Formats: sequence, structure tokens, C-alpha cells
Amino acid sequence: MTNPAVLSVEDLKTYFYLENSNIAKAVDRVNFSIHPGETVALVGESGSGKSITSLSIMQLIDKPGKIVNGSIQLEGRELVQLSNRKMTKIRGKEVGMIFQEPMTALNPVYTIGNQIIEVLRKHKKISKKDARKQAIELLKTVGFPRAEATMKEYPHQLSGGMRQRVMIAIAISCEPKLLIADEPTTALDVTIQAQILDLINEMKKKFNMAVLLITHDLGVVAEYADRVLVMYGGQIVEQGTKRQLFKSAKHPYTNGLLESLPSLDQSSDRLGTIKGTVPAADNFPEGCRFSTRCPHVMEKCIKTNPDILSDDSGHGVRCFLYEEEEK
Amino acid sequence: MYKYIIRRILVFIPMLFALTVMVFALAQAAPGDPFTGRMLDPTVNPEVYQQQREALGLNDPYPVQYMNWMKNILQGDFGNSIYYNGRSVLELISQRFANTLYLGLFSLTITLVVSIPIGIYSAKKPYSILDYATTGFGFLGLAIPNFFFGLIAIYIFAIHFGWFPSQGTVSSNDVTGFAELIDRLHHLVLPGITLGLAGTATYMRYMRSEVLDVLGSDYIRTAKAKGMSSNNVLYKHTLRNALIPIITLMGIEFGVLVSGAVITEQVFNFPGLGTLFLQSITNRDYPVIMSINLLFGVFILVGNLLADIFYCVVDPRIRYD
Ligand SMILES: Nc1ncnc2c1ncn2[C@@H]1O[C@H](COP(=O)(O)OP(=O)(O)O)[C@@H](O)[C@H]1O
Ligand SMILES: [Mg+2]
Repeated sequence: MTNPAVLSVEDLKTYFYLENSNIAKAVDRVNFSIHPGETVALVGESGSGKSITSLSIMQLIDKPGKIVNGSIQLEGRELVQLSNRKMTKIRGKEVGMIFQEPMTALNPVYTIGNQIIEVLRKHKKISKKDARKQAIELLKTVGFPRAEATMKEYPHQLSGGMRQRVMIAIAISCEPKLLIADEPTTALDVTIQAQILDLINEMKKKFNMAVLLITHDLGVVAEYADRVLVMYGGQIVEQGTKRQLFKSAKHPYTNGLLESLPSLDQSSDRLGTIKGTVPAADNFPEGCRFSTRCPHVMEKCIKTNPDILSDDSGHGVRCFLYEEEEK
Repeated sequence: MYKYIIRRILVFIPMLFALTVMVFALAQAAPGDPFTGRMLDPTVNPEVYQQQREALGLNDPYPVQYMNWMKNILQGDFGNSIYYNGRSVLELISQRFANTLYLGLFSLTITLVVSIPIGIYSAKKPYSILDYATTGFGFLGLAIPNFFFGLIAIYIFAIHFGWFPSQGTVSSNDVTGFAELIDRLHHLVLPGITLGLAGTATYMRYMRSEVLDVLGSDYIRTAKAKGMSSNNVLYKHTLRNALIPIITLMGIEFGVLVSGAVITEQVFNFPGLGTLFLQSITNRDYPVIMSINLLFGVFILVGNLLADIFYCVVDPRIRYD
């Protein structure tokens, strides 16, 4: 990885200041980077801070949330603290985003055409006519054969999968350097999921984008990711290449996730599950965040939260079990 | 869209029919007739009253009376006032109806012009000082009865400061043209605000919560993620969605404004339908009462119809089902 990163996130902390004066540490000291043409998967159970991480990148954290610390650089340009005016020139242009709920992600009172043309005109400063032409092209690219007719349609006239295609068209309309897809297929039928993910993958190759693919589905990771970040309790607990994660996972949480995956070559008749539930973000244990559910929990895990340590190949893990090994 | 509107109009017709039946039935159910309380004159033979009743058709069976009434109405004949020596109801009503309509429209305009921007602003800055102030004003506006607010307004702005007239629709019949328009508007200010007070408070609260609601929705997050400016997000993506329920409310409100002006008109001695309505009730002038009732009912129905049509214009989900 000698080429410069498209996105590098350093020591990011996004906290929510709750009414009961608790602080929900939704994202807490997160570090990672993404390079051009690379798909990085961000995996973890629901509530682990994946969406808040992606919204932090977009600078779309609303009250009572706040980015309290850290740096987010897009091709070397710092985004944290950037004014909203300046961010509007980056959102949709340099960074495209696709959300989990295609059914509600498009404005119900405007046509598909209107919603694509709008983003093109905002960032490309082109005439209405040219924007219209480009919008039709985009719709064809994402798989609408009768694109002219689709332009005039309203979101409610399209299926969920089709709406997600429109979202992809919008997200890639200005050929962003980074595409964030936050569980783009979670709300869709299984049969449509692969089509949407293939489309994202195809677009990534076409525009040489970096992709942050958020998912809780390890099957998706296996199919589409280059590198993987495993997130738990607002922190990255393990990171590495897809191969490293699937062949030599280290963190007990990652192992737990892998065991809960149905597999063909193992003849175990029961799926492994991780006992217990994710602690609330305003009530994390003092030590390792996974300590309340970890099968290998030790005394020091309860008192102190381990740091994430990486080996030479870039495989990192946040766990005391591997502390000695690294030294 | 046309299908929807046509369907909606088709529903309107039976409702109109039901309205006429109800207006008729209510008038019949009310005790007494125009002669009640006037039969005390001992020099007049009760037979004469009977003849009069017969002549007016008051002794016919109800269905026959109803059919006659409807037939006349469909020909534009709303009957003659019994109290005002047989003047035609239509003539009696039309000028007053125009006055009430102007009052209603004026009031609705003030209501919208005031409440919608304030509602948007409070939603933009929730829990700000202005938001709290408008919330307080909103509760006050809803809690104060119309007549009381009207009296206070007259006391302060008409009597104390003398800024606005406190009654009537014009200062004199001599003013014409543009001066007359200004004069009429001047007369509408206090009753208009009084009539619109509760509506303003309601709309303001409604607008605030609608805008807040829409601002939290997924498609607004999408618009922001597209890089749309704050103004675009608010005025293009949020407003149109937030106005959808307001429009429904507005249609209903319009009917209510016209029929609800009775008390306000009374306070401002405003020569509208409301004052005529109250007089006619005291006088048991049934043809007038029935016609005004019918008009109020029609207004509420038309308001609803208009709301549905507007609704269908702004919300494509309704247009294409
Ligand atoms: N608006 C909010 N107010 C308070 N806490 C929030 C808010 N949004 C998110 N959080 C906290 O952040 C945590 C992570 O949320 P999120 O990033 O959405 O998880 P996920 O990994 O499922 O995408 C949640 O468990 C919640 O405690
Ligand atoms: Mg999420």
C-alpha cells in the first residue's frame, strides 16, 4: 500500500450527549484507511457504531452527537471542523453514500429524474438539458433499460431493489473517490442482494473508487471485501485482509461471528452464537468492551481496555490474548 | 389524477344530498314555527293562521315539503324570509355571504402568512427562545375564547389607540375604488385576526412538528448526503412534504372559518352570515336558517373537497394509485 489513502480516519471519537447526562461513546478511537480501488468491509452487530462511523465521515452527525476528537482526511484534506458550506461541495461529489432503507431514502414527492438531475447540477454546474442527458445515461448504467420513462416516475412506483439502484446512480453520479454503502442490501430480498452488490462492485471498478462497505453479513464480506474491519462497542477490535480474517481470526468476537456462520465443510450441527447482548453505548464496561461476553475473559480484561496491536502484515487485534505474541 | 378527482367528486354528491336531508330534518325537528309566539293577538282568528300554514305548505307531509324545498333550491329559489316581510332569502344572504367570505379569506391569509414561517423557524431552531415564545403564544391563542380576544382587541387597538375600526365593513358608502378596498381591508383587520387566532396557533404548532418530523426522515439525510445546501434541504425537500398534512387541515379550516365566524361577527357587529344567522334563529325564520345552514354545510364539504384535490396535486403517492 504505497499509494496514498483516499480516506484516512485517525483516532475518531463520536459521542452522543444524552439527556440523562450520560455519554454514548458510539465511535471511540477508531483508526483506518481506504485506498483507491479497494473495498473495505466494516462488520459488526447492530449498534456497534458502523453507521455513526460513516455519518462522521460525511460530517452528518446531528445533535446530541458530536465528533469530539480525531481526524478524517479525504485525499489529505481534513474534513473534521470543515464548515457545512464547504462540506456540501464534498458530499455527493467526492463521497457518495447509499443507505440501508431504499424504501424511504428517496423523496416521495419528486420524480427520480428530478432527484438525479439535482445532484448533477449542484456539483457539475451544467445545464438542465445536459444534466437530463447524463441522468438518463446513469439510469441506464445502473440497469434501467427504459431510463427515459423512469426519469418521470416517482419513488413509490419502484420496487426496493430498483430504488436502491437509483440511490447508486445518485451516489456515483459525480464519480466520487469514495463510496460509502451502509448495509445497502439489508432491507432487500435475498435474490436482489447479490445484484445490488454486484452493481456496486462493477461501479467500483469502472470509476476506480474506494468503497466502504458496511454490513453485518460475513457472507457479503467473503464475496466482496478486500480488507475487513471488525467493529464492536464503538471500536475496531480486529482488522486485516479478508484472508487473514477468515483463515486466522484472532479476536474472540471475530471468532464468535465466524462460528455463527453456517458453513458447508464443517459438519457441526449447531451454529455457534455469542452469548449475551451488546452493552449500550453509554454503559460500556470499564475494561475491554467485549469482556462481558468473552469466553476467554481474564482479570485484566475487566480493568483495562487493550490497545489494538498489528503485526507486520497489518493484521491487527485488540485483545490481551495476543499481547505477548506481538512483543 | 383525474380519476381520483372524479371519484372524489362522485362521493361529494351523496354527501351533499345527506346534508340537505339533515338541514331539512333539523329545521322540522325544531319546536315551533314562524307563528309561534305571535298567535297572542286575540283579534286574529286562529283559522287565519291555519290558512297561512296551509298556504306556506307547512301542513304537507315531510317528504313532500322536502321535495318542494329541494326543487326550489335547484332552481336557485331559496324561499322568502318570513320575518323580513317576504324578502327573498337569496337577496338577504348574498351581500352578507360576500362579507363573510372576505372575512374568512382574509383571516385564512393572515393565518397562513403568520403561522407557516414561524412554524418553519421554530422547527429550524427547536428549543430556542423564539421557539418557546411561539409555543407560549400558541397555547394562549388556543386557550383564549374568540369573543374575549375580540373585546380586548377592540379595547386596545380600536378604542385606546384608535388604529382600526371596531365594527362594520366600511366607514361610509361614499368611498369608492381603491380607497374603498383599503377601507374594507382596514375594517377586516381586527375581526380577521380574531377569527384566525386559534387557527394561527394550531397551524404554527402543526407546521413546527411536521417540519421537525420531515427533517428527521431518511430522504432528508439522502439530500444532505448529496451535498444539497441547507436552504435547498429546507425549502425544497422538507417544505413540500411538511405541507401535505397542512393542506388537508386548511381545507377543513376554511369551512370552519366561514361557519365559525358567527361569534366573531357578533363581537365586531359585522354584517355577515353569522349575525344574520343568530337573528334568524331568534326570529324562527326557518327559510333563512335552513339556507344558511345549507351554505355552511356546503362550505365545509367544498373545503374538504378542495383539500383532497390539493392533496392529490402535491402528493404523487395519491395521484397514482
Ligand atoms: N441519535 C442518537 N442518540 C443517541 N445515541 C445514538 C444516536 N445514534 C446512535 N447512537 C448510539 O450509537 C450506537 C451506534 O449506532 P450505529 O452506528 O447506528 O450502529 P450500527 O452499527 O448498527 O450502524 C448506538 O448503539 C447508539 O447507542
Ligand atoms: Mg447502521
